[in-house]
Amino acid sequence: MNARPLPASLVDNPRLDRWIHFQPDRTVRIATGKVEMGQGVVTAIGQIAAEELDLPLDRVVVLSGDTTNGPDELYTTSSLSVEVSGGSVRLVCAEVRAKALERAALRLNCSRDDLTVADGQFLQNGAATGQDYWTVAGEIDLTQAVTGTAPVKPVSSYRVVGHSVPRLDLPAKLSGAAYVHDVLPKDVLHARTLRQPNRGATLAALDEAAIRRAAAHQKTGGDLQIIREANFVAFVSPVESVAQAAAAVAPAHARWDNARRLEPAQQEAAWLKGQPSDDRRIGAWPAPATPPKRLAQITVSRPYIAHASMSPSCALAEFRDGHLTVRSHGQGMHPLRKNLAPVLGLPIEAITAQHLHGAGCYGHNGADDAALDAALVAMRIPGRWIRLQWRREEEFGFEPVGPAMLVTLHVDLDERGRPADWTTEIWSPTHVQRPGSGSGYLLASEALANPPSEVAPFDPSEERGGGGTRNAVPLYDVPAHRILHHLVMRPPVRTSALRGLGALPNVFAIESLIDDLAARAGEDPVAYRLSILSEPRARRLVELVAGRAGWTSRGPSGTGTGLGLAVARYKNRAAYAAVVAAVTVQETVKVDRVWCVADAGLVVNPDGARNQLEGGIVQAVSWTLKEQVKLDGEGIASRDWESYPILRFSEVPEMQVEFVDGAGNSTLGVGECTVGPTAAAIGNAVNHALGVRIHDMPLTRDRIMAALLKT
Amino acid sequence: MAIAFTVNGEAKRVEAPETATLLDVLRNHLGLMGTRYGCGLEQCGSCMVLVDGQPVYACTREIGMVADRKVTTIEGLGTPAKPHPLQQAFLDEQAGQCGYCLSGIVMSAKALLDRNPTPSRVDIVAALDKHLCRCGAHQRILRAVERAAATLRNGGRA
Repeated sequence: MNARPLPASLVDNPRLDRWIHFQPDRTVRIATGKVEMGQGVVTAIGQIAAEELDLPLDRVVVLSGDTTNGPDELYTTSSLSVEVSGGSVRLVCAEVRAKALERAALRLNCSRDDLTVADGQFLQNGAATGQDYWTVAGEIDLTQAVTGTAPVKPVSSYRVVGHSVPRLDLPAKLSGAAYVHDVLPKDVLHARTLRQPNRGATLAALDEAAIRRAAAHQKTGGDLQIIREANFVAFVSPVESVAQAAAAVAPAHARWDNARRLEPAQQEAAWLKGQPSDDRRIGAWPAPATPPKRLAQITVSRPYIAHASMSPSCALAEFRDGHLTVRSHGQGMHPLRKNLAPVLGLPIEAITAQHLHGAGCYGHNGADDAALDAALVAMRIPGRWIRLQWRREEEFGFEPVGPAMLVTLHVDLDERGRPADWTTEIWSPTHVQRPGSGSGYLLASEALANPPSEVAPFDPSEERGGGGTRNAVPLYDVPAHRILHHLVMRPPVRTSALRGLGALPNVFAIESLIDDLAARAGEDPVAYRLSILSEPRARRLVELVAGRAGWTSRGPSGTGTGLGLAVARYKNRAAYAAVVAAVTVQETVKVDRVWCVADAGLVVNPDGARNQLEGGIVQAVSWTLKEQVKLDGEGIASRDWESYPILRFSEVPEMQVEFVDGAGNSTLGVGECTVGPTAAAIGNAVNHALGVRIHDMPLTRDRIMAALLKT
Repeated sequence: MAIAFTVNGEAKRVEAPETATLLDVLRNHLGLMGTRYGCGLEQCGSCMVLVDGQPVYACTREIGMVADRKVTTIEGLGTPAKPHPLQQAFLDEQAGQCGYCLSGIVMSAKALLDRNPTPSRVDIVAALDKHLCRCGAHQRILRAVERAAATLRNGGRA
């Protein structure tokens, strides 16, 4: 049989024993480089392994994010885990199953075809043989490289994949210790930091005596160590409240030279226009008709937004006998190890990084940075575990934020009012400054004596789905399309990956314009969409979700209640989602109900995947209606939940989400597919409710008032 | 100073300054890690526990104020092997993603169901509105509390 092309993870980690290990307690350990962030990936990977090996799920133990025993699969990003890591595990398990059956057939002196597997035991023509995975495991050479030639099970025979199973990690999280935050090794020291306000700021003075006095007010008797290394400062104590008290007062007792000053105007997406940028043309760039015959335009914006994890970042580190062990809730343990090594002056082999759970991060937040902070302290205090916890204001103030974006579409229409020529123009800072990606660093490395040299930021390539350009290419039938991408080089704050990258602003722009074009043509938005959408899977979703939402009975515009629809395929290559939002607009926008129909091909854990659709919808409602990072003074000014409000229980819409049966198609990542269509459906619903469009997110009371005054 | 109070039905005595927070004492003195630090500002609800049956932010409540009172944390409800009907309902609804907010939410839900065994959806939303969930599991959480209420009305049987 010809080898199928191997997933990237198997090319990088070909040895079978990097992925699978038979354990003496009759379980199988499956290792993945992807990590659990609440998205259910560990459960889905376990299902895939149980399926291919013909094991019950409880005989599969998933090891996730471990540099000693697991594969390097880079970061857990971009809705790729089930496709790439799951695809890898499937091939590995199919191959190991085939090898095990081969060994068993030799032992039993029978044909491999006579053997089947039930609960890990090998049956010969249905009868027990006494042989199982564990009896032959010692005879299978797992140091071999995977070939990808073993046949995988047909989807029609699946009994675990495609069925909803409860998340494996949830019971512990509902009853006690479950996160890296909750691990207290013996004699642990607690640590907090004083943050350098910005790269290049230097600590001119630190009143350590005043900080010690404040910490002493804790009256616990716990001593306080103050660790300084250039412009990095940490407060360390066996008593957590002492370290916390020191860090809380420290900013007031620190004087910085070269601290930046930011102005509130810089927090707006409009500020991006005219800033120095690296400009790229993407697409064929056909010569447009000059002059355009029937030009339609739209400009939309989204401000900087925060990941706003429920848990401020935290990490554990111990430096003992020349070896550093780090436990972190970052999105990739192999990358973390590689990024720590040069900063700490350690060889990579002298570092072990292990993933432990944290709160949902939805992208690149402070997790990796906290790991370096903990490691810096551990290197100074060898032989002791360090637990370094960021404070709430530190998480809001120093995590990289999702970039602000400004998107303008210039579309020339044909005589029927359909797009004939489409130019997308995007202004955005970079969407990826993950450490090790080439343009980003672990935060504290900038505070050390020899900070890494500044490099020009860049965005993910188009082949990887782009950053600011993600989802900029419309799904619709557009004869000519081009993109002009202005990558803004010096944004006021550090920016990096946040769920969906540029997909939300781009889909918001496209789907807003499509509704405007339908209105201009005097047609219903659904009918108009279908007239220019030949992609069959997307068409089907539009028709289905319109039906679910009772689109045909949609009322007139301008009544204060509205119904809006939007559709997209994430990255134009992952899962499809079509969304209808129903809103009521008075002084503010209330999203009452959301319908979503998605196509993700073969869905491994349907309920878990629906949970992801729902979570993406709620998060997108929150971003669209409420969220904006505020800038002022030395940096980010919105440093608590009052200045950075998110959607509450009383504001969350009713939701009806479903997947179409896509088992005949390969699995497509679902984690980010709903955010763009949800934001755009809300924008269109508000437009329907008010009879006027609001182009700038968040859709706040002030913007509604301003829009109504203009009518 | 020594402060005596009851945690999950057990008498406890801790040596801590009166101004130490209940969150600090639960986690660092008593090893009860299910009560979580989220903001320290009474803004997110991750640290919610019950004091004499009332939901209280453990992140700011000084331990001196808890002397001789009864504190209940998520560990006082049940275990993965033997979950409380509320915990079971959250598992049945798969009501959570990252789960960081859940222990606080479950405690507020417990206080609600203790005083109102037949809450409406509006009652549940009102009781949980001080809690933040960033993953967007809200609707599942609301269904879980309704399910738990029904179970508890049936004498704890699902």
